[in-house]
Amino acid sequence: MNDTYAVPAVALVVVATVFVGAFGLRISRTTSDFYVASRTVGPRLNAAAISGEYLSAASFLGIAGLVLVQGPDMLWYPVGYTAGYLVLLLFVAAPLRRSGAYTLPDFAEARLASKTVRRLAGAFVVGVGWLYLLPQLQGAGLTLNVLTDAPEWLGGVIVAVVVCATVAAGGMRSITFVQAFQYWLKLTALLVPALFLVLAWQGDGGPRHAFDEPAEFREQRVVRVDETVDLKLASPLTVTVSGTIDGRRHDDRRIDLPVGTHRIDRGTRLTFTKGDTVPVADRATNGGMSTSLAAGREERPLYATYGLILATFLGTMGLPHVVVRFYTSPHGVAARRTTVVVLGLIGAFYLLPPVYGALGRLYAPDLALTGDADAAVLLLPDRMIGGLGGDLLGALVAGGAFAAFLSTASGLTMAVAGVLTQDVLPARGVRHFRLGTVLAMAVPLAASGLVGGLPVADAVGLAFAVSASSFCPLLVLGIWWRRLTPPGAAAGMLVGGGSALLAVAATMAGYPGTGTLHALLAWPALWSVPLAFLTMVLVSLATPGKVPAETPAILARFHLPEELVGGRTRAATKEIELWRR
Amino acid sequence: MSGEVSGFLAGVFVAVLPLLAAGFWLGRRTARPRNSLGGLGTPVEHATFQTLHTATLAAPPLRAGLTEETARRSAKRLRTLLGTDALCLTDHESVLAWEGVGEHHRAEIMERLGGPLETGRGEAFRLTCDIIDCPVRWAVVAPLTVDDRVHGALVACAPRESAVLVRAAGEVARWVSVQLELADLDQSRTRLIEAEIKALRAQISPHFIFNSLAVIASFVRTDPERARELLLEFADFTRYSFRRHGDFTTLADELHAIDHYLALVRARFGDRLSVTLQIAPEVLPVTLPFLCLQPLVENAVKHGLEGRTDKSHISITAQDAGAEALVVIEDDGVGMEPEVLRRILAGESSPSGGIGLSNVDERLRQVYGDDRGLVIETAVGAGMKITARLPKYQPGVHPDGGIPRA
Repeated sequence: MNDTYAVPAVALVVVATVFVGAFGLRISRTTSDFYVASRTVGPRLNAAAISGEYLSAASFLGIAGLVLVQGPDMLWYPVGYTAGYLVLLLFVAAPLRRSGAYTLPDFAEARLASKTVRRLAGAFVVGVGWLYLLPQLQGAGLTLNVLTDAPEWLGGVIVAVVVCATVAAGGMRSITFVQAFQYWLKLTALLVPALFLVLAWQGDGGPRHAFDEPAEFREQRVVRVDETVDLKLASPLTVTVSGTIDGRRHDDRRIDLPVGTHRIDRGTRLTFTKGDTVPVADRATNGGMSTSLAAGREERPLYATYGLILATFLGTMGLPHVVVRFYTSPHGVAARRTTVVVLGLIGAFYLLPPVYGALGRLYAPDLALTGDADAAVLLLPDRMIGGLGGDLLGALVAGGAFAAFLSTASGLTMAVAGVLTQDVLPARGVRHFRLGTVLAMAVPLAASGLVGGLPVADAVGLAFAVSASSFCPLLVLGIWWRRLTPPGAAAGMLVGGGSALLAVAATMAGYPGTGTLHALLAWPALWSVPLAFLTMVLVSLATPGKVPAETPAILARFHLPEELVGGRTRAATKEIELWRR
Repeated sequence: MSGEVSGFLAGVFVAVLPLLAAGFWLGRRTARPRNSLGGLGTPVEHATFQTLHTATLAAPPLRAGLTEETARRSAKRLRTLLGTDALCLTDHESVLAWEGVGEHHRAEIMERLGGPLETGRGEAFRLTCDIIDCPVRWAVVAPLTVDDRVHGALVACAPRESAVLVRAAGEVARWVSVQLELADLDQSRTRLIEAEIKALRAQISPHFIFNSLAVIASFVRTDPERARELLLEFADFTRYSFRRHGDFTTLADELHAIDHYLALVRARFGDRLSVTLQIAPEVLPVTLPFLCLQPLVENAVKHGLEGRTDKSHISITAQDAGAEALVVIEDDGVGMEPEVLRRILAGESSPSGGIGLSNVDERLRQVYGDDRGLVIETAVGAGMKITARLPKYQPGVHPDGGIPRA
């Protein structure tokens, strides 16, 4: 791909982020504008900020990649990512805001008055944050690799350094404006090219067979295999090969490959002709992207789909960088309104990635073969439009992609660093926050060097699964169930979140590869979430003496509108106490 | 191939991390001085240590007062301490916790307790029982007294009479009483802090009221509309500062009050005072002690205009800094000798008029802990910069709430 415009676009986004992050929007106001200055953040602005922080590499690149490789089944991802906010709206948003908690550990302490539960929640925030950061860094590496042929690790390192620098240099000032701007940038970066791509598709006669199985090449195309892959052929294939297949060298020869699995060494070039079906890399053995989880999906599609739905529906409320944003809302009602607007904004955004996925299946099906499906969004403008226009649109998409990595990564780093500083590292102070920031970034950066295998959307799905199995029960039961006890909450989080975390670790390590067990481990939410709820309820019921004494007052504050509270809460609390007797 | 190996390594790494953390935590939890037992010399020393250790373990629950929960948790240790078959703790009405055998004597014991609870004197009596091989036949009652008032009783049961047990039960009851007295003391200390904070709760200075009314009066004829506006500002400000409920407010409300205050001050000083504001909207919902920034602004106004006739400038900024909000109030006035300031903050000398910095500093320390006091940078002639760090979340601090329990 031509990088004349893409690199400046990425650089522009990076520099702008650093600049705005470091200096903030220095708007000084005189006293005459006092009222304006002290006006709180409105739902619309806050919602754009939440959306900006939420739409990550998984949304920007991953969904299109998965749709490209696996077809419309993958539309559950955008549906789930959006519907999570519906659950948040219905059960959590307003009470969470009224609790006055800034982070999830704060909520645990406010509700259960237990330092132990607080620390446990902190540990899970760090765990989920790291799991979520990992695909951001990988996505950055992939983007830079596609744009400039830079090594895979460079993009991740750039994002890590930029985020650490801005966060450690005094946090992100005026973060709400920055993140809101990032949302509109991301939307533009996908929307404008999408319009042109759809026009080009129309000009091409509007072919509609995108999801006819299997995908086929629309023109002669040379595919270079960068990593050694195993190809599984369902039907015989005739292809021109220059390179090594099954240990035999071919030099620009046209050969027939029978049905079965073929090993193609790296560096091999395959030339397909128009109308050839696109072979798909074998899931279990391919070391590249877009692999392991799909195997479980192919074997147990229904189970995998429900696992995904549960994880994304219930996991959103436990994402540390999302929860933090709700604190900015002035009161519970504003928090609810904000969530409604978020639903709209995110819903609008998620209409676009599937378009890229479908077009990618038509115009760049070879990406499924080389394992670079996540790059579909980046490559499509060049493939379909080409020339200067394609380059410019490609640059816009690349800039948007980096905005996605930077905004999500900085939000997550802030959240993780905050917890590390407050609950893990011994003393407090600015210097420790910097140490926390570096630590928050270093671990996923190191891990991203080690774990190479997962497509970004799947990796994010795992973070959602852990969040759904630990924080969802804590939040839902904490807000709606008066008999929750600290031991119950701790046990539930440990059992549910811990088992989900172990399942995720096993999946990332590539164990056991296939079979029912693999499906269970790759999509843990379907069993780990009920397990967490069950543990929390049973242990709480077994320890009735440990219900915090302040529970009625706390729940009254969670659920009563703020106007009623203040002087009158105590009367209400007394009534509730009387009623309990 | 290398991808698989590194992937596996990474998986192991991710799997081991939580285990390590859990191990670390468990290790810290279980690292009690118990393992140093082996180093003790003679059996007597060993026994002494054991007794002291058991007593120490029984103490913390009782420090929260005598309730069912605390009685249950301490009764087990107390029985170990006395070495009896059964032990129970009661208040005036009922048995709070029964530890050990023979629980069917609950009702009987409560009947027999009337006397000791009335007189506050210990007693020993035989238990009547229909069960042939009932393990407890005899009970000794030792009342628990705090400040000469009987709060309850400790009852130890045994198969037969024992003079040693009577003495021991008395001693243990006295020890428990001391713990309960400490609990009482804790409570009164909390009440004292609450009262102190209530007393510290800032009040607007009388001077300010006089000056404001004078300024408004001066506008009544020349500019009635302005006078009306100012009167409304004055009403708003006093309504805020005289409000009764809650000890906390939000930064947004506090800034509104400061706005009203500054409107009145500017009416008095006109162009001599200019104010700039930089408020990050993210920190407006932060909860903070009621009227704890307005005195700082008042202070800045006073110092800024003191002893000069030219213009003075005040800047108020509130930044978002992760889990806390950073509020800085800066003036370019006469400043202060750091040593004088230190004495004011230590409460050794009071500043001339107004409610001072020390009040705000003290309240912030009471609510957020000693490391969240005011940070003041100043020198003579160099203005003054006051920084307050307000955590976005603090247990027990919410806009409608009272003072958090220590």
